[in-house]
Amino acid sequence: MIVTLEVNGEPCAAEVAGFESLLWVLRERLGLTGAKDACLQGECGSCSVLLDGEVVCACLVLAADAEGARVTTVEGLAGGSEGELHLVQQAFVDAGAVQCGFCTPGLIVAAAHLLETRPGAGDAEVREALSGNLCRCTGYGAILRAVARAQSQATQGGAP
Amino acid sequence: MHIERPEGLDEALAALAADPHATLLAGGTDLMVEVNLTHRRPASVVALRRVPELREWDERMIGAGVSWARMESGPVTGLAQLARTVGSPQIRAVGTLGGNLGTASPAGDALPWLAALDAEVVLASDRGRRRLAWDEFLLGPKRTARQPGELIVGVQLPEALPPHQAFAKVGVRQAMVIATVNCCVVRDADGATRVALGAVGPTVRRARRAEALVSGTVRPSAAVLDRFEALVREEIAPIDDHRASAAYRRHAAGVLARRTLERCWS
Amino acid sequence: MSEVLVQRPTVRGGVGESVPRPDAVPKVTGRFDFLGDLHAEGMVWGATRRAWLPRARLVRVDVTPALTMRGVHAALTQDDVPGHRYQGQKVTDQPVLAEGEVRTWGEPVAVVAADDPETARRAADAIIVELDELEPLTDLDEALARGSVFRHVRVRRGDPDARGEVVVEDTYTTATQDPAALGTEAGLAVPDGLGGLDLWGPTQWTHVDRTQLAACLGLSPEQVRVQPCRLGGAFGSREDLSLQTHLGMLALRLGRPVKMVYDRTESFVGHVKRHGARMRYRHEADRAGRLVRVEAQLLLDGGPYELTSSAVVANSSYFALGPYRCQRVEVDGYALRTNNPPSGAMRGFGANQPCFAAEAQMDRLAEALGLDPLELRLRNAIGPGDHLATTGQLIEHPLPTAEVIRSVAAIPLPDALAPADDDPRRLPGGTGLTTPRDRVVRGVGYAVGLKNLQFSEGFDDYAEARVELTAEGARVHTAAIEVGQGMVTIIAQVVRSTLGVSQVEVAFDHTGRIGSAGSTSASRQTQMAGNAALEAATVVRTQALERLGGDHLDDAGVWRGEQLLAPLAELVADGPIEHHVRYRHRPTQQPDADGQGALHVDFCVAAHRAVVDVDPDLGLVRVVEIAIAQDVGRALNPQQLHGQIEGGIAQGMGHAIMEEVVLDAGVIRNASFTDYLLPTCLDAPEVEAVLVEQPSPWGPFGAKGMAELPTMSATPAVVAAVRAATGRALTRAPVRPEDVVGDLR
Repeated sequence: MIVTLEVNGEPCAAEVAGFESLLWVLRERLGLTGAKDACLQGECGSCSVLLDGEVVCACLVLAADAEGARVTTVEGLAGGSEGELHLVQQAFVDAGAVQCGFCTPGLIVAAAHLLETRPGAGDAEVREALSGNLCRCTGYGAILRAVARAQSQATQGGAP
Repeated sequence: MHIERPEGLDEALAALAADPHATLLAGGTDLMVEVNLTHRRPASVVALRRVPELREWDERMIGAGVSWARMESGPVTGLAQLARTVGSPQIRAVGTLGGNLGTASPAGDALPWLAALDAEVVLASDRGRRRLAWDEFLLGPKRTARQPGELIVGVQLPEALPPHQAFAKVGVRQAMVIATVNCCVVRDADGATRVALGAVGPTVRRARRAEALVSGTVRPSAAVLDRFEALVREEIAPIDDHRASAAYRRHAAGVLARRTLERCWS
Repeated sequence: MSEVLVQRPTVRGGVGESVPRPDAVPKVTGRFDFLGDLHAEGMVWGATRRAWLPRARLVRVDVTPALTMRGVHAALTQDDVPGHRYQGQKVTDQPVLAEGEVRTWGEPVAVVAADDPETARRAADAIIVELDELEPLTDLDEALARGSVFRHVRVRRGDPDARGEVVVEDTYTTATQDPAALGTEAGLAVPDGLGGLDLWGPTQWTHVDRTQLAACLGLSPEQVRVQPCRLGGAFGSREDLSLQTHLGMLALRLGRPVKMVYDRTESFVGHVKRHGARMRYRHEADRAGRLVRVEAQLLLDGGPYELTSSAVVANSSYFALGPYRCQRVEVDGYALRTNNPPSGAMRGFGANQPCFAAEAQMDRLAEALGLDPLELRLRNAIGPGDHLATTGQLIEHPLPTAEVIRSVAAIPLPDALAPADDDPRRLPGGTGLTTPRDRVVRGVGYAVGLKNLQFSEGFDDYAEARVELTAEGARVHTAAIEVGQGMVTIIAQVVRSTLGVSQVEVAFDHTGRIGSAGSTSASRQTQMAGNAALEAATVVRTQALERLGGDHLDDAGVWRGEQLLAPLAELVADGPIEHHVRYRHRPTQQPDADGQGALHVDFCVAAHRAVVDVDPDLGLVRVVEIAIAQDVGRALNPQQLHGQIEGGIAQGMGHAIMEEVVLDAGVIRNASFTDYLLPTCLDAPEVEAVLVEQPSPWGPFGAKGMAELPTMSATPAVVAAVRAATGRALTRAPVRPEDVVGDLR
């Protein structure tokens, strides 16, 4: 069947099989491989995308049920041009929050959403908000420092 | 696979009437795991996330389509506490109350609350509605009384919500963990107390002898609480599995029920 | 030549700076192509049919039903392996696909290729496999009794009659730990049309993969180009082949590209794990707290194939005591062949398991002696001039054991949990609201770890690198694999500081373009790839200066005194300056019959202090803080070091309280992220790290590889803290809630 979506601001249509997830469609039909496929059961968050403005695991969204949805992936967070970074992306680079990088896209999406919806979140709130995104490399320290850096820059320099 | 995406309850019921064995899809947090990992391939799906009636929430009824995220910030104490422990923020954004009831996992986090509240599950089909007491609805591990062609509409609450509700859940991680034991205790204004536990039997259990012991207006003494803890342990039937031993579950259930009960006084 | 007076620029991004990773930007934008993101025109998808019993006679495999399905292009079994039918890094004892007998749960039996993954999976399921169940061997003592041993490492040193008055002994267990890199195994094989192929697969050492692949695929090594891969983590799990040979077989058979991606459940059976271990220890000390005698029997669960187990058990045995002096040592380490899942390398490589046991022994000895546990460790701490208690090797170079212990002890303890702090996220049990504030008990525990760096026991180990200087700057070529640890940054920093040129990039080459850099493991690439790059850059600099008779090179060009002789572009106008190096570390010896000799190149130590809050009634633990003092030789990139320390600690604390591959007669009961629990953001402790810098002669600018230590002694430190909080003996890692509660009827 054909499913129509708005992905990163662009309308698009994809042929999907009934059992396919939104993650599969993004990665294999639309060529957006930023969202990753680490567990396929909603336990790692590496496929996090925004679906109609909420952070969800794309692996748990039946593509056929996403008809008409607005999807933002990590590729669509910053402006269109290569090299232009979202505040959170820049903070991850600067704080050394990236190691192997497999969890990074999902964490960036979750952290950017947190920054937008709860810009003043304290340490425990940030941790809880990111507790659905597993990272095996960093032990989370640098990730938390990156989020704090983005928060302070957002307050100083206006909205992200 | 055929999919129906009804945009209203009548439309959903009509779709189900036409295809009574269709697989129901709400948040997808259970079904899609089966699709992805055990390769379940439903022949037809009725997707419910566009049905506004299922997202309604008023004083007597919580719609089956209400998400954990809404329950977490909602006014019902016990429900808010349990909702916060379900999965991850991503799961809570889309997972629903109805999904938890429909899946009926022995560890389902909403089930002890449902049982402690003596709440009813409202089912609808194109032939009408029916209400089942929680223990008529939950038949066993992953088995419910929902019939083909039926839909879980929501949970019917008692006329007055208990003023004291407390939920607790043991897992070996600080977040995103399936219950080793979960427990809900509620206490009415007149002191009537109800205690329900999950992951300690094929389906959620009420500890009725323990309830009788502590129901009333008198705050239980330490000796009574000891007895309460012992009774809770007698009234459950946990098993050994890869998450914990039966012996630990039995022990933890007693501790957890006692502490959860004590929170109803604090 | 320029006559203009120019200020000499200082190099940017050299050693000592917290230089950001060059691949960080593509990683944060989602544009970094990991293995599973690769695509080739006309590719088909592979899938694997696996055995469902841990041990069985393989009665029949019939691929006909798969081949008759539409969209299926190939279905291959062991009979279709074009070359050598067995693979393995050290001993080729692992069948490419099951042959004769299934020896472990989930063993690959057949592989298929089809138009899409769904068809491939259905085709794999359609293959007829008949198994005749056999009794699996899963118990370590039984394996030992039956002589099912890959390697026995025997260590005897010192006066056999030495005896101490104070004795502690016990048996310790560590469960199997999964490396659980977030990226699952994935790969792509692309035939080159000339009979050979290019292969992208999960690896930590492309050249050793090439050797195995060429043999199994019946090709010459030159026909197999193992490409540098972009990995979603490794931690040891990519040292052994997983899906590469299968991809190669399918691609050669079909003459078209084949891609395969394991799902998480498959990944749990598709890569090696940290060996589960049973360890019997006896420590004897004199009244002054000097270790007199240590006896240890170490049983490591290797699973059915040797892989790296023979080297892992050597590490376990040589580091069985930790960084302490002792008069008499008797260690018997056994890597055992069982029908449990295959074990191999994981961060710490066999040194972690004995560290857990031996550090627990040190605490018990301290208690028996009435000594402070750190004081006992200090009284026995080895350093330069001492001999390693196991192998007898003289420690010739910096090994700051006492310094790391004193440094970690000097870090202020975290504040006590405030009486009013009832935020459940800071209490054991978290948002599960299990634990009232007044039921929380705090505990503090210490552990010290010692590990070797680089390959040992006489292995001829080397790393190649080539440095080219062009008008654009320098480029370093290497076959070393970047797994996320940051070697890509370190190599560039080393070359910048050596050359004096800031514009340096690292090019990862496939096996056909440059020789081996050796394995990205054993904490070796900072020293090995780093030294190779340093030596090559040193020669390039010398040649650059000699070309023009200069005495200084930097971003501006070549200088003589205060005069700029030529900018870079002019310097290399006649062609780039380049140099290729094969760097070898100092030779090591093979052990004698008593395990004696100078078996190791260099060593590293770290000391951990864990602070935990425990709910003793429910057995729930929250790790509040881990402090660490870490020997790093010299800090080349402090930010990256802290990242390795924090990440390593998370893995070590995970193994202390939640991470365990639950095995039931050879079957994994928790092969998913629902039940194999990794620490989340809410579980991660605060980390306070002190870097102890005493330059090593064996690393570039004095650096040591260091990323295994943070994991190693984190596990025993956390468990020691739980012991301190509860008084329980806790001889097993991970500690389960029921172990903490104890006495369950």
